[in-house]
Amino acid sequence: MRQAQFLNTVVALFAVGAYGAHSAQAADITGAGATFPYAIYTKWAEGYKVATGNHVNYQGIGSSGGVKQIKAKTVDFGGTDAPLKAADLDAAGLVQVPTVMGGVTIVTNVTGIESGKLKLDGATAADIFRGALKKWNDPAIAKLNPGVKLPDLPITVAHRSDGSGTTFVFSHYLAKQSMAFMRDVGAGNTVNWPVNGVGGKGNPGVAANVQKIAGAIGYVDIADAMNNKMNFVALKNKAGNYIVPNQDAVADAAVGADFKVKGMAPDLLDQTHKNAWPITSATYMLVYKKGADASRQKGVVDFFTWSLKNGQKMAKDLGFVPLPANVVKMVEAEMKNIK
Amino acid sequence: MPESIDLHAGRVAVFRRQDRLFHGVTQFFALTVLLTLVGILASLSIEAYPSLSAFGASFVWSNVWNVPDEQFGAMMSIYGTLVTSIIALLIAVPVSFGIALFLTETCPIWLRRPLGTAVELLAGIPSIVYGIWGLFVFAPIFAEHVQPHLQAVFGGIPGLGGLFAGAPMGIGILTAGLVLSLMVIPFIASVMRDVFETTPPVLKESAYGVGCTQWEVVTRIVLPYTRVGVSVGIILGLCRALGETMAVTFVIGNANRITGSLFSPGTSIASTLANEFGEASPGLHLSSLFALGLVLFLITFLVLAASNWLIARGRAKAGH
Repeated sequence: MRQAQFLNTVVALFAVGAYGAHSAQAADITGAGATFPYAIYTKWAEGYKVATGNHVNYQGIGSSGGVKQIKAKTVDFGGTDAPLKAADLDAAGLVQVPTVMGGVTIVTNVTGIESGKLKLDGATAADIFRGALKKWNDPAIAKLNPGVKLPDLPITVAHRSDGSGTTFVFSHYLAKQSMAFMRDVGAGNTVNWPVNGVGGKGNPGVAANVQKIAGAIGYVDIADAMNNKMNFVALKNKAGNYIVPNQDAVADAAVGADFKVKGMAPDLLDQTHKNAWPITSATYMLVYKKGADASRQKGVVDFFTWSLKNGQKMAKDLGFVPLPANVVKMVEAEMKNIK
Repeated sequence: MPESIDLHAGRVAVFRRQDRLFHGVTQFFALTVLLTLVGILASLSIEAYPSLSAFGASFVWSNVWNVPDEQFGAMMSIYGTLVTSIIALLIAVPVSFGIALFLTETCPIWLRRPLGTAVELLAGIPSIVYGIWGLFVFAPIFAEHVQPHLQAVFGGIPGLGGLFAGAPMGIGILTAGLVLSLMVIPFIASVMRDVFETTPPVLKESAYGVGCTQWEVVTRIVLPYTRVGVSVGIILGLCRALGETMAVTFVIGNANRITGSLFSPGTSIASTLANEFGEASPGLHLSSLFALGLVLFLITFLVLAASNWLIARGRAKAGH
């Protein structure tokens, strides 16, 4: 076993040393960036290695790190939750495609209220998360929840303490719902949370805080919320329906979205489909349109082509949401331009 | 000229060369420390320059940390760093003093080694373990069984009540201070134990001989004799507490504000850096994080300078 590993390493080393000479052979490729897709990229890389024998190594260093690294050409592809703008892509000569989708959910810990039983609309959620509503029995919340017994309990806002793509997506959604939220808190990777806030590191940190603090409300991605069996809020979508988050509702958000834009990053927030989960986003892969090393460029394309074809069940099992079939076709077409 | 001297001269020259080489190598090692220090200070200053020139000296006392609006100030981080470290020392110093005294003065011989080793092992636990333990084990117990009682006892007292105001969440400034105290106790206790052991037995025995109690021996003989060493131990602990990152990040609550209550979440310089560095956008945000690092550097430097001054003064007074 040891020997076999050693041999593999030697072979891999030779392969790396020789890829210049035999450019047809796929080399080990590396990627870095957003932590959100880390779990699925690693899973895909495992499957891809078994299927093809090629290695893909992805490091979850954060979205801004991923953009920096691909621009510095230290990795073969970058990962980001915050899509680059078309002008940035053109200026840098990068191609951007979505790889997988996810949803951000609102979770609570309010005594006596079960998962999915608390209803909020975007404006009220924004008021809660900007600290304007101090108690759970505030009339603004009670109005949306007739028949639900809301306790006289202070609200604690559990948020991310580290800069995060989850915060980016969530704060942009709330900022779309409320000018006051945009003014007080802002939208971005790190924002200006209200005084009744408490910060946790990573999705697990926020999940832990919500579960420990009575009266807490927080936001975590759908996979972490499901794994931790947390209490969901039913959120009103654009069509006026209250949606309890699940993977199908996230998938429905992409149905009406137009991916035929430069950078393939349409706004997936607050989509119009009747079952759409309002806080939906995709994560993106960045690669040079014309790279210095054709075999590594091909390696990136091969990996994602394989993954989009064979990895959709893996994505679902991990709490991600696969791209719709028509979008996968568009991604494949877009990747044909990568040289 | 006797030839024996000539014979030695060759060997002496070799020795001299060896000495010079030895001197050169050790000097080089020592200078790399200085170079590293200067290098770190220089790169911190260069990276922090955009922020410091934008906000000026008010960066230090401005109480705003607003990333979307690009307004940055260090006050709440400095406050969190200092308050948690002071809480840690208030608890750790007397406890460590007790541990060290027990180990050197009254502990049965057979218990000395296992206890001493246990204290040293405590120092070897990685800080992230303290953080995880603090968040998942200590904080819930603290929130349920300790914080409500503290509020019940002190809540009504004017002034003091404010220190314990707010929802008992388990995490916050006080929790960070308590976890920090656990982390610095082994450092302070083991230094104290080592210096207490340097007290010459003849001094202690003479004191016992004239009828001193154990307490008198400790306060009149051991402590005065080891004052410098004890202060060094406390400073070491303080420096560790000031710079501790992961454990504090887990339990301090990470909220950029000062409320005055020890129960409320806050932030420290190190935890802000740990939280925001990874995803900070280049520009004022990143530069301000470097400026925070520079502030922490200066605080540690001031603490060390002040302690050196105190120690020198103590030595002069004691006539050493």
